[in-house]
Amino acid sequence: MKSGKFWAWVIFIVGAAYFFIPLMATVEFSLRMRRGVHSFDAYRIVLGDARFQSTFLYSVIAAVFTIILGVLIVVPAAYWIRLRLPQLRPIVEFITLLPLVIPAIVIVFGYIRMYGSNSPLPFLGSNMGANALLVIGYATLSLPYMYRAVDTGLRTIDVRTLTEAAQILGAGWGTIIGRVILPNVLIAVLSGAFLTFAIVIGEFTMASLLNRPAFGPYLQNIGANRAYEPAALAIIAFAITWGCMSLIQILSRFAPKSANRPN
Amino acid sequence: MTDLTLSNQALATKPAPPNEATAFRLPTQWIGVAPFFIFALMFLILPTLYLVLGAFQRGDGSFTLDNILQLVTDPSISASYWVSIKISFWSAIIGAFAGLAIAIAIVRGGLPSWTRSATLTFSGVASNFAGLPLAFAFLATLGRVGIVTTLLRDVLNINIYAMGFNFLTTSGLIAVYLFFQIPLMVVIIVPAIDGLKKEWGEAAATLGATQAQYWRMVVIPVIWPSFLGTVILLFANAFGAIATAYAFAGPALNIVPIKLYSQINGDVLHNPQLGYAIAFGMIVITGLANVFYIWFRTRSERWLK
Repeated sequence: MKSGKFWAWVIFIVGAAYFFIPLMATVEFSLRMRRGVHSFDAYRIVLGDARFQSTFLYSVIAAVFTIILGVLIVVPAAYWIRLRLPQLRPIVEFITLLPLVIPAIVIVFGYIRMYGSNSPLPFLGSNMGANALLVIGYATLSLPYMYRAVDTGLRTIDVRTLTEAAQILGAGWGTIIGRVILPNVLIAVLSGAFLTFAIVIGEFTMASLLNRPAFGPYLQNIGANRAYEPAALAIIAFAITWGCMSLIQILSRFAPKSANRPN
Repeated sequence: MTDLTLSNQALATKPAPPNEATAFRLPTQWIGVAPFFIFALMFLILPTLYLVLGAFQRGDGSFTLDNILQLVTDPSISASYWVSIKISFWSAIIGAFAGLAIAIAIVRGGLPSWTRSATLTFSGVASNFAGLPLAFAFLATLGRVGIVTTLLRDVLNINIYAMGFNFLTTSGLIAVYLFFQIPLMVVIIVPAIDGLKKEWGEAAATLGATQAQYWRMVVIPVIWPSFLGTVILLFANAFGAIATAYAFAGPALNIVPIKLYSQINGDVLHNPQLGYAIAFGMIVITGLANVFYIWFRTRSERWLK
């Protein structure tokens, strides 16, 4: 058992080195812009860049709309399947796994061909339409995470009893979903939302192919043309991802524990 | 006759639970799931089918296998598939074993508990830290003026670029892809290892099994379906990844997603039908991978409920 512990430490330390050396190197590199001294010049230039601000804002807004769209699609479906249509569960689970199977680039290629300006639904004929299509594409990408998060949340509450109690008190479906079910799965929904946010912020393929002024294409552009700024941007992106994941962890501590799955 | 139908109705409705009695209000039954299905149909299933169908058509709409055949006969396209498959395969295999080793180390290696929570948090972050920022991080580390490159050169007098190192080689990309493959493996496999019940080890020990026998006869048979399933998921994950590689090399790198990207942007091939065929090929490969994944997962769930 002693040697087992020794090897466990070796694996842990080697793994930690593999992951921390590039991160530390990136931090160090991002501080090297001014010759001879460490400075935050790269960060100052990046954060002060008007295109950084506008593309980042664009992606944040896209992420917010993606989350709203995702919640509107996933929460009623997941709820209804638990309540009334359990026989649909395998089908819906299969569909929500599809975005992991079909690469994003294939999905967006299909959009470009199906929703071009000459098609019956010309999303790509206008700026607003293209923005909407990007949000739709992001909602598709986040479907696996959103659905699983919400479904896990619903598993911990007694959907049927809550619904019946609300119905007896005279609530309609809107009230039941909005004021009874949603607050109960809010933490699960938020976990899905932060994961969606982390995915959407730096997404490159869809935004670039739909020609949207999002953060991903901006990153690509900077990466191709500058030396130190990309490292600063990588650190900023890593910090955002880290922030989202920490929020999910914190939230999961507040989540109700299910009786049959105490962990 | 009326009697008969009446009694039939009575018979039919009697044993049914109250829910079934409202079956005639069918539309309301579906209203909750309708948005989901309409959305999935319009923005996931139909666009994909459109491409799949297009892969078998000529520009004028007549059916043909030429596009699919071109995937094999065009040397640059078949080469890009081959490179993509190699990168995905090796990054999945290496990532899976490395991830498994780390998962076993933190779950069963007797390490302090902070290592477990730190690793899991970090893995959650790193598995989502793909794309462009990841490429930037590696360029800052092992690029021509990267920290580790210059340290090796100045301190140890090793010039890795003179030794033939390059990100744009298959092995270079595998090394980078591991940065998101290993954490993804850790995130998925830790629950499976948690599912190994302590009692099984005790039972094995009581029956006189050695540590090696316990691993060979209990641990590996229980873990392997999850393990293989995750390998396949990692494969699909790498196969569809584009942003990281694109950041290194732009449109020049010959892997399938970049090939398709250039085709969509119209700067290389100018042939939508061929684009459909490339997309179709990607769907077939990741689809096959996932058929196996689902199959392995159902097997693993027998044990890890």
